[in-house]
Amino acid sequence: MAKLNHPANLKYSKTDEWVRVDGDEATVGITDYAQDQLGDIVYIELPWNASQSVSAEEKFGDIESVKATSELVSPVSGSITKVNENLKDTPELINDSPYEQGWMFVVKLSDPAELDHLMNATDYLAYLEGR
Amino acid sequence: MTEEDRAAASLKRTPLYHEHRALDARLVEFSGWEMPVQYSSILEEHRAVRARAGLFDVSHMGEFRVEGQDALAYLQYLVPNDVSKLAIHQALYTQLCLPDAGAIDDLLIYRVGEDQYMMVVNAGNIDKDFAWAKQQSRNFDVQLSNQSDETGLLALQGPEAQHILQPLTAADLSSIRYYHFEPGQVNGIECIISRTGYTGEDGFELYCPSSRVVELWRDVLAAGKERGLLPAGLGARDTLRLEAGYCLYGHELDEATNPLEAGLGWTIKLNKGDFIGHDALAKIKEHGLTRKLVGIEMTGRGVCRSGYAIYAGDQQIGALTSGAPAPTLNKNIGMGYVSAAHAVPGKTVHIDIRGKHTAAQITALPFYKRQK
Repeated sequence: MAKLNHPANLKYSKTDEWVRVDGDEATVGITDYAQDQLGDIVYIELPWNASQSVSAEEKFGDIESVKATSELVSPVSGSITKVNENLKDTPELINDSPYEQGWMFVVKLSDPAELDHLMNATDYLAYLEGR
Repeated sequence: MTEEDRAAASLKRTPLYHEHRALDARLVEFSGWEMPVQYSSILEEHRAVRARAGLFDVSHMGEFRVEGQDALAYLQYLVPNDVSKLAIHQALYTQLCLPDAGAIDDLLIYRVGEDQYMMVVNAGNIDKDFAWAKQQSRNFDVQLSNQSDETGLLALQGPEAQHILQPLTAADLSSIRYYHFEPGQVNGIECIISRTGYTGEDGFELYCPSSRVVELWRDVLAAGKERGLLPAGLGARDTLRLEAGYCLYGHELDEATNPLEAGLGWTIKLNKGDFIGHDALAKIKEHGLTRKLVGIEMTGRGVCRSGYAIYAGDQQIGALTSGAPAPTLNKNIGMGYVSAAHAVPGKTVHIDIRGKHTAAQITALPFYKRQK
């Protein structure tokens, strides 16, 4: 796990998504740990039509690696303002750059208090160690 | 101890376990064994095997020795393929069938000597197969021994395999034809050098004493480094065999599936005399198949996986037994059983991917055949 990167300025969920907060908006993706566990990502299904909403701890999409299918679970609630269309054809960006080019969507937070339920990088790392 | 550690504690490991750890492999449970699913990336390992070479630890496979004056008669009774056709140092692919033709396992049989054979079976079926083989041997003068623990097995697969292996052995590899083998030393280690594999590429499988398989692994990896050889895990093994259209026991084959519907009719020799499952197979052949194994190629967006339902219109006509992205073909493919009337290459079907019916096409197998 030493070579995996979990930036200190992000918040983390138990289902391995990260959240970058910017005012009343947040960007969501999956963590370096998650992409590493999945291996080569070949396909992703996101709520492509912006204006859809997501709910904390509920599924927002599916991700496929060569080996397996997994569900994506939203760490926060709100309405989506932007989706990363690049992932449709180049989902491997999630492997290569999970926090930058591999972002999944931007959401306008409907309940910012939900952020308090998420972990900081130190707690997330401890959570991973205990798995 | 985490839950994962506890689960791992009951899993079997090959002698190469510490090599895999040292190479930073991701280890997973595979039919009771803790095995490497990937070292770097499944895609990278898959492509290495197609373009250059990959080295697989398949020491978890089972090996049974069959010896005695009735060895041939016994094997002829035990399996549907014609073992009498084997020359010494030749191998064949066959199955163990129940009397109702259901497949207990699929396996290779090697003719090692005049009355000496080796059966190579799937790791998850070793105990079941050995008990069955033993039980069926009662009326024959044969000795059976399970040598799985004493036998290591590496698969060196890919177009560069012969170039990599030749400097390590005095055996003339170019003279070993497909499904033939030679006993010989590889860097001083006594091996059976077999031109077989499960990837759709040229290559060799090397059987050796398990006490020396670590040495053999290191020697072959070092010898292949310059030619781009990579250690390859079960993940790549699975995508490679899927592209090549090979059955995987537990997916395309099981006790509720007969070899004829699995497309293995070429291995069923009804005219060779009696064998277990003969009458059931003859009857199935006479009445025709109710379902058939087919290839599935996604035309719509999505990856098909084992267990997904296959539809023609509103009607479910079958289900997938395997499915994955095919790295060589850049498509999403699978194999599955559909009712015989629908088993027509080119036919449009739909796959239920998490409730969404996604377009696909039935295709002939295999998906991939190497250029010779």
